[in-house]
Amino acid sequence: MKMSAIEPRTDYLNAGYSVRSWLLTQDHKRIALLYLLAITCMFFIGGAAAVLFRLDLMTPDADLVQSETYNKLFTMHGVIMVFFFLIPSIPAVLGNFLLPLMIGARDLAFPKLNLLSWYVFIAGGAFTIWAIVHGGVDTGWTFYTPYTSTYSNTHVMSTALGVFIVGFSSILTALNFLVTIHTMRAPGLTWFRLPLFVWTMYATSLVIMLGTPVLSIVIFLVALERGLGFGIFDPALGGDPLLFQHLFWFYSHPAVYIMVLPAMGVISELVTCFARKRVFGYHFIVLASLGIAVLGFLVWGHHMFVSGQSVYAGMVFSILSFLVAVPSAIKVFNWTATLYGGQIGYETPMLYALGFVGLFTIGGLTGLFLATTAVDVHVHDTYFVVAHFHYIMVGGAVMAYLGGIHYWWPKITGRMYPEWWARLSALMIFVGFNLTFFPQFILGYLGMPRRYHVYPEEFQMLNVLSSAGASILGVGYLLPMAYFTWSLWYSPLAGDNPWGATGLEWQTTSPPPTENFPVIPTVVTEPYDYETNSDQTITVRRQGEFAHE
Amino acid sequence: MPSQFRFFPEQASTFASRIDLLYFVLLAITVVMSVLIFVMILFFMIRYRRGSKVIRGPQVGSNLRLELLWSIIPLVIMMGIFAWGADIYFDRSYPPAAALDVYVVGKQWMWKLQHPQGKREINELHVPRGYPVRLTMISQDVIHSFYVPAFRMKQDVLPGRYTTTWFEATKTGEFHLFCAEYCGTDHSRMKGRVIVMEPAEYQAWLQSSTGTFASRGEQVFNDFRCGSCHSPEAGNRAPLLTGAFGRPVALVGGQTITFDENYARESILHPQAKIVAGFGETAMPTFEGQLDEEQILALIDYLKSLSGQAASPSAAPSAGSSAP
Ligand code: HEC
Ligand SMILES: [Cu+2]
Ligand SMILES: [Cu+2]
Repeated sequence: MKMSAIEPRTDYLNAGYSVRSWLLTQDHKRIALLYLLAITCMFFIGGAAAVLFRLDLMTPDADLVQSETYNKLFTMHGVIMVFFFLIPSIPAVLGNFLLPLMIGARDLAFPKLNLLSWYVFIAGGAFTIWAIVHGGVDTGWTFYTPYTSTYSNTHVMSTALGVFIVGFSSILTALNFLVTIHTMRAPGLTWFRLPLFVWTMYATSLVIMLGTPVLSIVIFLVALERGLGFGIFDPALGGDPLLFQHLFWFYSHPAVYIMVLPAMGVISELVTCFARKRVFGYHFIVLASLGIAVLGFLVWGHHMFVSGQSVYAGMVFSILSFLVAVPSAIKVFNWTATLYGGQIGYETPMLYALGFVGLFTIGGLTGLFLATTAVDVHVHDTYFVVAHFHYIMVGGAVMAYLGGIHYWWPKITGRMYPEWWARLSALMIFVGFNLTFFPQFILGYLGMPRRYHVYPEEFQMLNVLSSAGASILGVGYLLPMAYFTWSLWYSPLAGDNPWGATGLEWQTTSPPPTENFPVIPTVVTEPYDYETNSDQTITVRRQGEFAHE
Repeated sequence: MPSQFRFFPEQASTFASRIDLLYFVLLAITVVMSVLIFVMILFFMIRYRRGSKVIRGPQVGSNLRLELLWSIIPLVIMMGIFAWGADIYFDRSYPPAAALDVYVVGKQWMWKLQHPQGKREINELHVPRGYPVRLTMISQDVIHSFYVPAFRMKQDVLPGRYTTTWFEATKTGEFHLFCAEYCGTDHSRMKGRVIVMEPAEYQAWLQSSTGTFASRGEQVFNDFRCGSCHSPEAGNRAPLLTGAFGRPVALVGGQTITFDENYARESILHPQAKIVAGFGETAMPTFEGQLDEEQILALIDYLKSLSGQAASPSAAPSAGSSAP
């Protein structure tokens, strides 16, 4: 096995070096890398905005920037991070790369569509970046009307167009995934032998297919009102501003699950591999994913408890929001139980996975505060909410994404990453994250509203703490950029299966050949069968470690 | 207004302690659950670290009993929390009948507050301690949100229709008033303060008013010649408005609707939307674009006073009248 990794052979990376071979590729693995590049750029643009406003928030007054600019910064941060980083992150990068490999297929069902969806993504990104370069937009990522449709005089239309377009990119990818999972599984790969990551891709794709068109429609309606004066949301034109909120959250609440379900899938893969255990409660986890996908569509009104929606609607949305918390809780318990009796190793991916479980637990539990109508009346639109969703989306989704990138890096590039540096950055991210966002829970309960440029003095201390944390977090994010790039040239070769993992993706070579598998494998076992082949796999891992030294 | 650092907000309304209690229960659940999970994880991490000598036994794939247990127990606890929260939410959504009225108009980027007794304030609200105060709120432009953290009270303020909420202050002093819904450039400067006074002081403060809000409404009523139709002299041209506020109204088409603030507003701005039974022939002209939000509120307060509902200066609290 080790020998074969050293022999020169063609893989998807050295199959062609021309620009054309990348930009017109139909290989899902290359497209995944195109996405990786694109969303990494987006992440650093969105992150730069956060650096600026966190700096400004060190003092209660407006000193670094004017309020107009401040508002554009947080809008840019939200729009880019949500629509151009978090939503595509795991599905478009890891999902694209892994889905065919995990189910023993040679590619996705529609390779050309897959390439198209990347171009659609780039087109959407281009409009949004255009808007930013030409002066920005100040509506907040939530685009509430009638502010967005009538009052804001910034670049609403091009931003909205960008978000409208990028939605189609998600829809195309989701469609591709659904068809692929249905029709292209290797012989013997029954539904209940699918890796959990594939299941979450399935659930996520369903949510994307059903939810994203509603976002497209609502953006279109905003454009109609803003551009042509149709009265839809602005009461001055005979519209209803709450209609916007209903439509927007009908997509944007499920969007939370578009970001978190894939993360849960990644974590299930990491925890089983590094605990060398069969996952505990496979069927419950699958059901929980599907349950989340369905219930996630019925809770949008929990963003509107103080909006003027009817009291009874508020109560229904509240009870449903509690219900959707149950499957998430189930998953946390199942991951914990998976550790029991394992052979737990602490390589970087596992550090991220454990970090995820901790932060997601806190994010989830604080979600219960927000689902409780009476408590939400107080903390709605405060920093409490900001802290909560960053625990879910950054502490959850981004941690899982980074964990996944580290875990599959050897498969993607054929090389290891430097373990020491990776552990250091995982630690910095964990510490920096908590220092940034934990104080925001306190700030929120004290009553500091979100999107506040200037604020009363008594909130300063907690804001300074938060900004200090953000600087650690920032360095934590820059480190992987550096060492991953470095590893492409200088790291030791990884071998085909450095972790001794069970998934099909580890049975082919690293990096895989363009056609993924010389011979399509036949599946005969459950996905996480670490019991029968545990001895052998650990030896393989040791070899990997040896090569690394 | 507190300006030193603190970890927990002041409690200054009847809702504050109720909501905080629930908050602490949730906090306790959060701490217990996370400690439970973290300790278990840490324990497994150490005991089952790779290479440790403990006996592992066979790998268990699932355990239905255990899984049902950890699904159902959280569910039951959550339903309890839901009910508790809903109970408070319900109370905060329906103001008591005897509440004092304050009208609020939000606009980019200030709060205008109007007391029925006549006092008008900007970014400042004076209220008496120990009396329920109902806010009837509307925005002139975009959505704002009226938020007083010390009262644990927040309600979005919409353009085009009234929203209401209420509070009862329990502590004298000054408290932050924030706009909590992003509303454009100076959103974070759309702040003010709520000043809670002893009822007697508040009474004295109100005394300096010149003319009630309802009398301003009457002025508008006359200026816009509403009486040319809505008066006994005009015969049956339009329904009489005396005593109408708060009662059910029969509409053309057979429904009935309660004559409340939103209905009154709609009748003035969009008379055709709901037509009173028996007046299908004689149309009321729309006053949209001619009246600003404050004039409309004044008219409504006047209509209330015609039904004995608006507060005259003497209806303001005097010590002991409805204090708890
Ligand atoms: C030209 C005559 C006319 C004028 C002037 C007029 N109204 Fe009316 N109003 C009507 C008629 C007719 C109705 C009943 C039909 C309907 O519901 O639209 C009515 C209905 C109403 C109602 C609903 C009454 C109910 O019992 O449900 C209110 C409130 C009202 N008017 C307020 C006003 C106010 C305030 C003004 C002045 C700004 C005004 N109206 C001016 C003719 C008039
Ligand atoms: Cu939500
Ligand atoms: Cu505001």
